[in-house]
Amino acid sequence: MGKFGQYGGSYIPETLVPAVEELIEAYERLRADTSFQAELDGYLKQYAGRPTPLYLARNLTQKVGGAHIYLKREDLCHGGAHKINNTLGQALLARHMKKSRIIAETGAGQHGVATAMACAALDMKAAVYMGSRDVERQRLNVYRMNLLGCDVIPVESGSRTLKDAINEAIRDWITNVNDTYYLLGSAVGPHPYPVMVRDFQSVIGQEIIEQMGEPDAAVACVGGGSNAIGTFHPLAPGPTRLVGIEAGGRGIDTGLHSATLTAGRPGILHGMMSYLLQDDTGQISETHSISAGLDYPGVGPEHAHYKDMGRVEYGTATDDEVIDAFTLLCRTEGIIPALESAHALAGAVRLAADMKKSERVVVTLSGRGDKDIGIVREYGKPNS
Amino acid sequence: MASRIAEMFGRLSGRNERALIAYVMAGYPDYNSSMAAVRGLVRGGADLIELGFPFTDPLADGPVIQDAATASLGAGMSMESYHSMVRDIRGYADTPVVMMTYANIAYSMGYGRFASESARAGVDGFILPDMPVEESGDYTREAHRCGADTIFLVSPNTPARRIAHIAAASTGFLYMVAVYGTTGARGGVGVHTMESLRRTKEAAGDLPVGVGFGVAGPEDVKRYAEAGADGIIVGSAILRVVGESPRDDIESRVAEFTSSLKAQTIM
Repeated sequence: MGKFGQYGGSYIPETLVPAVEELIEAYERLRADTSFQAELDGYLKQYAGRPTPLYLARNLTQKVGGAHIYLKREDLCHGGAHKINNTLGQALLARHMKKSRIIAETGAGQHGVATAMACAALDMKAAVYMGSRDVERQRLNVYRMNLLGCDVIPVESGSRTLKDAINEAIRDWITNVNDTYYLLGSAVGPHPYPVMVRDFQSVIGQEIIEQMGEPDAAVACVGGGSNAIGTFHPLAPGPTRLVGIEAGGRGIDTGLHSATLTAGRPGILHGMMSYLLQDDTGQISETHSISAGLDYPGVGPEHAHYKDMGRVEYGTATDDEVIDAFTLLCRTEGIIPALESAHALAGAVRLAADMKKSERVVVTLSGRGDKDIGIVREYGKPNS
Repeated sequence: MASRIAEMFGRLSGRNERALIAYVMAGYPDYNSSMAAVRGLVRGGADLIELGFPFTDPLADGPVIQDAATASLGAGMSMESYHSMVRDIRGYADTPVVMMTYANIAYSMGYGRFASESARAGVDGFILPDMPVEESGDYTREAHRCGADTIFLVSPNTPARRIAHIAAASTGFLYMVAVYGTTGARGGVGVHTMESLRRTKEAAGDLPVGVGFGVAGPEDVKRYAEAGADGIIVGSAILRVVGESPRDDIESRVAEFTSSLKAQTIM
């Protein structure tokens, strides 16, 4: 169940099996329930600010000199990222399931903040696991979570980043399985998470189709891959060229990257079978990215399937290219993108330059970059 | 032919004795010290050795085993050295050895090679805590083809019908997780654990049931032995002894602690 070709599935400790079955049952029921969907729609419109604009970036288009570049402005969602689409959906689901406690993991802190917001709005208690290295580089988001009434638990194990935060959240879930809901932030993990998160994020691609029809190309960044799958899934049956951009870090040949689909091979981690960055013996590799939100050695199983099918092209952008794209958008359009989203932008600029002027490419601008300003300021300086 | 594990359980039950299943991490704190720890387990009377193979992301394990895994990988543990360790054990003891590791280690190597090379080295069975029966077809087939046992886990919240289903895929013994949580010595035996043990024994039929997770010392071993567990699994508590002992004393200290545990399994 829950397979995308050979990928996905449910590789979980036995203690979680009844919890996951309960979740599947509740999700299948509420997914078809019009009053649940109406409740979620209400929150998406009135609280999260949907629909988000589709903006034709004229100055950027002119500068690049190719296809028209449109920005799907998920950065204008409440909280500053697409993450709220999923946290509102899952928090409502948890409330329907009568779970009294929410746990989540976060990398850059955007999912943690979006969880804290949704839980505050729905009057639920949340605790967020965050790698201590990410706590260091995303202090502002830690403080935001605290302000929103959410506990942030630093994780000291392993590489002290997103992957370890997921491990720790799963351990918490195993320990408190009866009253706790695990609100996973990306399209990864055991079934039904990759399906559920994709469904909640598909509002991105559906709105794109409503706003412009089917574009010639769509580009999104891929870490776990939730904004990308939300963009691609509704477009996949049509003719749009779909491009996912992974974190190339300091270059694929340096080994310092998070480009799972580009440089990884299939394996089992965090309850799913998917592409993983791992060594020859199956030990999970340390990853690197300038953006904490992409710093993850796995990827959503549906992306793994799209890659094998050839439906989506996956490429990379290096840290240097990302900084250039970040600066370019700031200067041309007055928009400060998240470093994660700047990966997509770097890919879109490359792509648009080779396309006809009459063509249209849409970039999912998954988040805003205020959280990253410190990193950008320090970038390129000695010891940074 | 009955497996070495099945023979061991058969022999013990004839003597009204429970099995002490003792866990250490291969390569923790280093290769030679973990060999000493295993000799200590054998000397102390362990009936089955659960020898951990480290994985970077052991999500069913608590801090003690996580740290041991990190240290073992840091000290260079590999599948080749793991297998040479098992061959060494086979040189002086007939105690069954099962490998506990995570699904990706087996998948990455290929289930066929993983099972055959391990069985050839003397590994009697496997425990993969993130491999539920639904996903286990290829793995189980390859393990059984090599005569190795597949030991699956059940939890306090596993319904009776599912326990029977998991028991049907298990050979050697069925691993009953005693608590909600990860591995780690906590001590104390909850009422729901006793209830779960009764249910598991009933659903498992003839398959022996080993109880583990949270078992801290001789008192816990005694309570599970009296409650009818066929095996009692002690892991983190032994690893702690390994970690706290000076290298030269690891074998004797582990032997001493193991025999204090083993004494409680003789009814």
